[in-house]
Amino acid sequence: MYLYDELDRTLVAERVAEFRDQVGRRISGELTEEEFKPLRLMNGVYLQLHAYMLRIAIPYGTLSSAQLRMLAHVGRRYDRGYGHFTTRQNMQFNWIKLESLPDAMADLARAGLHGMQTSGNCVRNITTDQWSGVAPDEIEDPRIWAELLRQHTTMHPEFSFLPRKFKIAVTAAAQDRVAIKIHDIGLRLHRNGAGELGFEVVVGGGLGRTPFIAKSIRPFLPKRDVLSYVEAILRVYNQFARRDNIYKARVKILVHDLGAEAFAREVEAEWQHIKDGPLALDPAVVADIAARFRYPDYARLDDNPPELAGLRKADRRFDTWVGNAVANHKVPGYAIVTLSLKPEGGPPGDATSDQMDAIADLADRYSFGEIRVGHEQNLVLPHVAQRDLAELWRGLAAAGVATPNIGLVSDIIACPGLDYCSLANARAIPVAQELTRRFRDLDLARDLGRLHINISGCINACGHHHVGHIGILGVEKNGEEFYQITLGGRADEHAELGTLLGPAVPYGQVADVVEEVVATYLELRERPDETFVETVRRLGVEPFKERVYATH
Amino acid sequence: MTSPLEKKLKITGPVVVTANRLGDGAVVYRTIDGHWSPRLDEAAVVTTAPAATALLDAAVADDISAVGAYVAPVRIGAGGRPEPGNLRERIRHAGPTMAPPVTIGVRHVSL
Repeated sequence: MYLYDELDRTLVAERVAEFRDQVGRRISGELTEEEFKPLRLMNGVYLQLHAYMLRIAIPYGTLSSAQLRMLAHVGRRYDRGYGHFTTRQNMQFNWIKLESLPDAMADLARAGLHGMQTSGNCVRNITTDQWSGVAPDEIEDPRIWAELLRQHTTMHPEFSFLPRKFKIAVTAAAQDRVAIKIHDIGLRLHRNGAGELGFEVVVGGGLGRTPFIAKSIRPFLPKRDVLSYVEAILRVYNQFARRDNIYKARVKILVHDLGAEAFAREVEAEWQHIKDGPLALDPAVVADIAARFRYPDYARLDDNPPELAGLRKADRRFDTWVGNAVANHKVPGYAIVTLSLKPEGGPPGDATSDQMDAIADLADRYSFGEIRVGHEQNLVLPHVAQRDLAELWRGLAAAGVATPNIGLVSDIIACPGLDYCSLANARAIPVAQELTRRFRDLDLARDLGRLHINISGCINACGHHHVGHIGILGVEKNGEEFYQITLGGRADEHAELGTLLGPAVPYGQVADVVEEVVATYLELRERPDETFVETVRRLGVEPFKERVYATH
Repeated sequence: MTSPLEKKLKITGPVVVTANRLGDGAVVYRTIDGHWSPRLDEAAVVTTAPAATALLDAAVADDISAVGAYVAPVRIGAGGRPEPGNLRERIRHAGPTMAPPVTIGVRHVSL
């Protein structure tokens, strides 16, 4: 966990007091909606179809059990007893009242939580690998760098009125679990030929109506320069990006229009002015931040305790769950456990307040009080002793978060869609729910292997449909919901945009088409371990298209 | 950005003016007597552009009761009652089309 200091606590408390005053002035009529809207957005408050929505940042996806209990409390007291984990490691409450928001924010602030910079044209919540600090393939905990960037960009006056929102993601592992290549800036910590640690900097990724995979503009940036280089990128963006057209204002458009090389030259020129100034990182500052990340006092344990093997052999369901939801930990005798928020028929990423409380209890008992949020809309307990897995599994199953479908076809990413969102054109959640019912057979799901379905209810692509192995985009045609389907996208270190399968299909046919696509894959794969994306890459979408449109 | 007041309304059927209530964001409809009601069957239904413009102008001017006022289509159902005219309005009127997530037998832990 990261320990916030007095400065952080004061800043959040002051913001709550400020917002309480603003809400009071809005309700009294002293502020017009036009005046109030930018103020509420700066605190993560949107107006959706049926109610206000509060988006709460979960920096680098790390939560304490106390924070998760606070989210449960806010959901129960001020909302309708549940919340929604998003693809950017945030939490959203969909039914909150404006009148209640100052009290809800005051409660959240007591746990160090807030909605600042979860909306508006600023640097948004900085995301990282949900396995940070525990992943065996990690070079260093990337949250140290995310926290440095969070501190530097929070309420930074130069970056509070950018041309458009700005998203940064950081990874320090061989496998990209945070999708850096679909972010405005992606930072990948790695070791160069000389054995030094530094960042590859990719820029200009993003989805929405004009999707791009980020381009690498610097293969190796020394760690000391990360703040100054990011600042140089933001300055170039601030100076050159278009402000006349909201659809062309993201940095991805600027990078595309200028070309990555020209953009990189602008950044380098700007960077030369500031790289040796106050933003050059003092190792003592980095060490101070790193010291504020506290790691558990792990016991000395061995991997694969004999009792675990016995329990796995004795209970097939437990064995299946371990095989699916449990990953290796960097510390012997421990494991990383992913909790599925994708039960059959459930809205992806939703958790009830009772579930959050139960998970917080289990985190206290089995994971040193720590929980992580991943962009796939699942939760993680990052520090579980392998000997405790069976007991934990029983607790998770009772809470309804032990469906062994992590990374499988029913582990669907979906935005709230037209059931909640005022931007959406079509529903996303009911499509996901139907697909989880169609693919309820977990033996089939395991046979299919890794297969990510991503669903967005509009072109803004909060469900990351462009990078789903199967991507589903809801559109509206003559008042009816239709869905475009893409195949072969991926969000990992080999990120790619999917290819359109063919004409959009109506709501009632989406699940049939996806089943057809999956059946075609099973017929076409060369061997059982050729994954869905590998088959699409080898053959293209044509064989899938022929099969689907011959029957629909 | 064009203000709602400057947009030329195209009306092809019966419409109402709808918005979200300031205090809680609930969906509300403009009534004939210039108030807001959460009941669609109490909404003022108009069928011409001038009438819709007048209804919308008054609604937008009432900045303190409800926000984001706009003209929404309705169809006239059984008994002459207005019903939402498209899926978006049906969802705004009746809520999400799926059940809320349910708790699966977990014990309640108070804060």
